[in-house]
Amino acid sequence: MTRDAAPLLAVRNLSKYYGRYVGCREVAFDLNPGEVLAVVGESGSGKSTLLGCVAGLTSPSSGRVVFDSSEGPVDLCRCSEVRRRLILRSEMGIVHQNPRDGLRLNISAGGNIGERLMANGWRHYGRIREAALRWIERVEIDAARMDDLPQTFSGGMQQRLQVARSLVTRPRLVFMDEPTSGLDVSVQARLLDVLRRLVGELSLSLIFVTHDLGVARLLAHRMMVMQRGRVIETGLTDQVLDDPQHPYTQLLVSSILRN
Amino acid sequence: MDWILKVEELAKHFRLHTQGGIRIPVFDALNLELCPGESAAVCGPSGAGKSSLLRLVYGNYRIGAGAIRVRHRDGVVNLAEASSDVILDLRRWTVGYVSQFLRVIPRVPALDIVMEPLCRRGTGPAEARRRAESLLDQLRIPERLWSLSPTTFSGGEQQRINIARGFAAFYPLMLLDEPTASLDPVNRRTVLDLISAARQQGAAILSIFHDAGDRRATTGRTIDLAMTPEAAEQSSRSEVRSASQAE
Repeated sequence: MTRDAAPLLAVRNLSKYYGRYVGCREVAFDLNPGEVLAVVGESGSGKSTLLGCVAGLTSPSSGRVVFDSSEGPVDLCRCSEVRRRLILRSEMGIVHQNPRDGLRLNISAGGNIGERLMANGWRHYGRIREAALRWIERVEIDAARMDDLPQTFSGGMQQRLQVARSLVTRPRLVFMDEPTSGLDVSVQARLLDVLRRLVGELSLSLIFVTHDLGVARLLAHRMMVMQRGRVIETGLTDQVLDDPQHPYTQLLVSSILRN
Repeated sequence: MDWILKVEELAKHFRLHTQGGIRIPVFDALNLELCPGESAAVCGPSGAGKSSLLRLVYGNYRIGAGAIRVRHRDGVVNLAEASSDVILDLRRWTVGYVSQFLRVIPRVPALDIVMEPLCRRGTGPAEARRRAESLLDQLRIPERLWSLSPTTFSGGEQQRINIARGFAAFYPLMLLDEPTASLDPVNRRTVLDLISAARQQGAAILSIFHDAGDRRATTGRTIDLAMTPEAAEQSSRSEVRSASQAE
């Protein structure tokens, strides 16, 4: 009845300490292919630390992060640096909270997408440009803006460009840190719509961190709630939001103005 | 005939930690069986737990104690023990739910919203579109609205989008939470017809109707949830009085 396939990502016993401060502690979860997982919690709860560890940006103090790569399962905390980097740039994608961290603002929008393809061995200029153009349009950026610098883009456009840059290599797993924060509500809706479509069309798995429970409700299948570095509640998104069990989750849910 | 839904000794309460840890009981020991093609209406005063029962069967609320068994694929799933995966699969293929309110990403066209349950099953876009268009048509949503997001629609239009989405795919078990509440008589009739058609195809229906006429028109029996005075005082129990009157 359950899918027999191995999870795309298996996280076990993951902890990260900054000196004596706890980033995240003993986190464990599985992520299936095509699944969207939201990590919620207030600032300082360890969401971004967890995301960083799982996405291979930060090395955890202990634990395992096993990714089912095209060449079989790999523990990202123990494999060679070369292997890890290869997986990060071809089979995973990251959309940062701040577009400055995910884009190069001084090269063109098309160049930003092309750069990631070149890092994966693409050499044919025409084909790179063609792929970049396709993705620019796919994330609803006007094709005429292809040669403009991203610093001339609005926040919402920069965020969508980041999405295009991460997805152009067809990763199976994408991470996003607060993808909609700092965007106007209408701009947010557009990004959500683009993400929803892409997740469906490419059967992507997605892990995103957010403090916006409304965004989590509309996009995520499953949700993890974090407090002081620990996962305190997990379940189907609608379960966690409509029937929260943990006192802290109840507090979070009851604090939403309109849900 | 063999049941599709079997609720055994179901208990549910809510504990409100943000309000001094108050315990609100909903059910104590609820039992219920529903067979394919059968339609039952959940009745009872406001606060008796009608919507909660539907949400529990959909896996939206967590089960306190007891079991909710649903026949799914070639086996039986107990929602009290099912993983998120299995519940999502159950929702995709076996249990449909029409809630009272539509919740969607702004900007997504009404037509896409109605097509979505079919697309998730892998139905081709052309076929999904045909089915969605025919439902929107039956429910009298003017064609000029199909490409717009229903977030700007009237309450009655939103409810019809919700119903079209709920009936786009066939589910062996349908949960309907006041599907006719804000509809005019003509659209109401259409919804009742959709319900009968699903039943004739073998769907079991568990529904809440405010309107006694609609309830009689679509359901074979009623399930009365009675709120005991103690429950009203947030003490301990609610009970099922009867599952009366077979067709």
